[in-house]
Amino acid sequence: MKQSSSIKTWFDSGKPWVWLNAGAVSISLVMVVGLLLLIAVRGLSHFWPADIMELTYQEPGQETEILIGEKVDHETVPAQRLQLSGLELPEGQEFARRTLLKVGNRDYYGLDFRWINDPWIADINYPEGIMAIERREWGHFYGYLANVKQQGEVVASGDEAWDEFQARLERSNSLIQQIKGLEKTEIGKINHGLEQLRLDGRRLELNGVEQGSLPYQEIEEQRKLFDERYATLREELNGLYAALNRDQITVRMADGREVEIPMAKVVHAYKPNGMGIGEKFGQYFHHAWEFVSGEPREANTEGGIFPAIFGTVMMVIIMSILVTPFGVIAAVYLKEYAKQGAVVRLIRIAVNNLAGVPSIVYGVFGLGFFVYFIGGSIDEVFFQAKLPAPTFGSPGLMWASLTLAILTVPVVIVATEEGLSRIPRAIREGSLALGATKAETLWRTVLPMAAPAMMTGLILAVARAAGEVAPLMMVGVVKLAPALAVDNIAPYLHLDRQFMHLGFHIYDVGFQSPNVEAARPLVYATAFLLVMIIVILNLAAIGIRNRLRETYKATES
Amino acid sequence: MEAVNEQKNVARGIDIQSMQRGPRVNLKDETTCLEVKDFNLYYGDKQALHGINMRIPKNRVTAFIGPSGCGKSTLLRSFNRMNDLIDSVRMEGHLLLDGEEINSPSVNVADLRRQVGMVFQKPNPFPKSIYENVAYGLRLQGVNDRSTLDKVVEKSLKGAALWDEVKDRLHESAMGMSGGQQQRLVIARAIAIEPEVLLLDEPASALDPLSTLKIEELIYELKDKYTIVIVTHNMQQAARVSDYTAFMYMGELIEFGATDELFTNPAKKQTEDYITGRYG
Repeated sequence: MKQSSSIKTWFDSGKPWVWLNAGAVSISLVMVVGLLLLIAVRGLSHFWPADIMELTYQEPGQETEILIGEKVDHETVPAQRLQLSGLELPEGQEFARRTLLKVGNRDYYGLDFRWINDPWIADINYPEGIMAIERREWGHFYGYLANVKQQGEVVASGDEAWDEFQARLERSNSLIQQIKGLEKTEIGKINHGLEQLRLDGRRLELNGVEQGSLPYQEIEEQRKLFDERYATLREELNGLYAALNRDQITVRMADGREVEIPMAKVVHAYKPNGMGIGEKFGQYFHHAWEFVSGEPREANTEGGIFPAIFGTVMMVIIMSILVTPFGVIAAVYLKEYAKQGAVVRLIRIAVNNLAGVPSIVYGVFGLGFFVYFIGGSIDEVFFQAKLPAPTFGSPGLMWASLTLAILTVPVVIVATEEGLSRIPRAIREGSLALGATKAETLWRTVLPMAAPAMMTGLILAVARAAGEVAPLMMVGVVKLAPALAVDNIAPYLHLDRQFMHLGFHIYDVGFQSPNVEAARPLVYATAFLLVMIIVILNLAAIGIRNRLRETYKATES
Repeated sequence: MEAVNEQKNVARGIDIQSMQRGPRVNLKDETTCLEVKDFNLYYGDKQALHGINMRIPKNRVTAFIGPSGCGKSTLLRSFNRMNDLIDSVRMEGHLLLDGEEINSPSVNVADLRRQVGMVFQKPNPFPKSIYENVAYGLRLQGVNDRSTLDKVVEKSLKGAALWDEVKDRLHESAMGMSGGQQQRLVIARAIAIEPEVLLLDEPASALDPLSTLKIEELIYELKDKYTIVIVTHNMQQAARVSDYTAFMYMGELIEFGATDELFTNPAKKQTEDYITGRYG
């Protein structure tokens, strides 16, 4: 009796609920923090220039091998598993320890990752001379620098080779920059100009202008001009390429083979074993920066992800620009002007439910309605000369942003309505009593005061849109976009172009990549970056909202 | 009779003779500003005002008193058509401002509200600067000339006895002012557009006694230029500030007359009961 009453008191005191709530909050926090920590640690450690080991490896019944590589992973597995895969292990052994080694040199070894069984490692060294080379093709190379050559003649070898290599590498990288610049801007412009001429010709054809008449001749003349410019550029480029191909390096692999690598194929080289902690950090930030600012190479498994960052941010910004006015206008109508009744209630229910439609459905809708119907119609009316090649009639940035805008518009509508209903009646009446019309009251007082709520809606919309992938696959996201949506060719912003997206990049690198082990850390790093971008976009929006709140602090009633 | 009156007033703590300032008034000598003729008002099926008839004199302070829910605020809000905002409201009869029908469809509501300003129970400054609050009405009319605005803002704030307190922080947010200051700011905002009539809906009920005193002081000063109609729950306040008083009960106008007359010598039993505190 006494016992039960004390439990009852405990229940009545409300403590169990406090514990329950606190427990729920802690679990959520632990999960969020844990997830962030996981992707942060896995993602960020990828850029660390780990020491490269040279190990002597003796598999039973085989010759002794020398291996050079970076330790990537270490695990303990049931011995049976290894036995089943054909390894001969001593009887009675239950577990085996093994190490994943990144040996690089994919063009010579076939695979650049290799599992090493710990018991067979005879010796591990960390010689300072080992270097890691990031290449434009075939992934990393690990080995020793033998000599540096110019046109096949050795110019430096031994200890001087490294400094000579660095100097010449800088030269080749700046040449590559120059070449890229020329190809992208100058030749890009010429190609664009030629395409325009082709379209002009096609337009003349469509308008029924006679072949060979004056306008055609003009086009022909201009084309000649472009061709001439292209010829000179081509010559310049040939010169640059010749200069670029001047140098080579000879490197020695773990097994003693010496191979030649053209300087043009080298992105960057470093010797981690000899580095102090400061140098390592320098190297770390260099790698991280390259990842953030560079372009992807080798089926997205190497290089940077700048186009994906750019695409994501662009899409979110365009979506925000589209969704905010649309959502706000809809909310204002629903809340302020529409006659409150069954129809409005029905619309409100519909809007709320729109937020629950699977996003892939929006993707299909976007493809069918925006891309094929609207985009196709735009092409027929405005871009007839280009047909059958589509302009807006194919997936692109514009349609992806629009699709996400309709996906997120319910959030903005609901938040704005909420904000509008929170404006004190006294404020509206105060404005009306001064001779303002309803529209003036809305515009001058109510909407500014509801602005923080609109921002809240936008924050939620951005968070949702930046993380959405499935619908984008249908309306504009691609694995590798040839060009950014913004460039120096008029009209500078190309909403019809396809783009890369961090979320899709994660999917692509993680699940469509030919090189799983190489891609794994990139998945974490990309995920970390995506989260960071969402956080930054949100913080920016929250900052704006707090400033607005400060300005339009209403009479709390 | 004298003795009875004495008792009544003492019971309610109202010494009407000492409270009244200025000359004695007589309804027959006044020019009519607002006229109410056979006015009925319904919220849906419920009738809130029953056949009201009254003439509110120009440049005087008229107080509406009565228990809660008696319709005094509803009547007040009819004068600048604030009731239009409520969908279910239906009206019959006439409301005339200077002889013109207020509810006529040809009347521009915004123009009407410029003529008939209103101050609400709770201070409702906009979340803008003090200056912008006062300039709001003018900006609505398209006045954006800086020097004109400066002049009007200063004049209105002086008119609302607020200028000295805020002249150094005109561009700070009005939300940082005290309740009493906010209410005077709202009055300044209302008089900035120079209305003819000022409707005050319990303007001091949310304020402390000192601020209340300032508002009453202000009302007294404003009546030279504006016709003021004030709704109040506070009998002393009605006695202190008003020239005329209307007592309403259950949606009906029970008695309307000069304030000293109504308080010392009420014609109706209900009025007497109310002001002596037997109910309400």
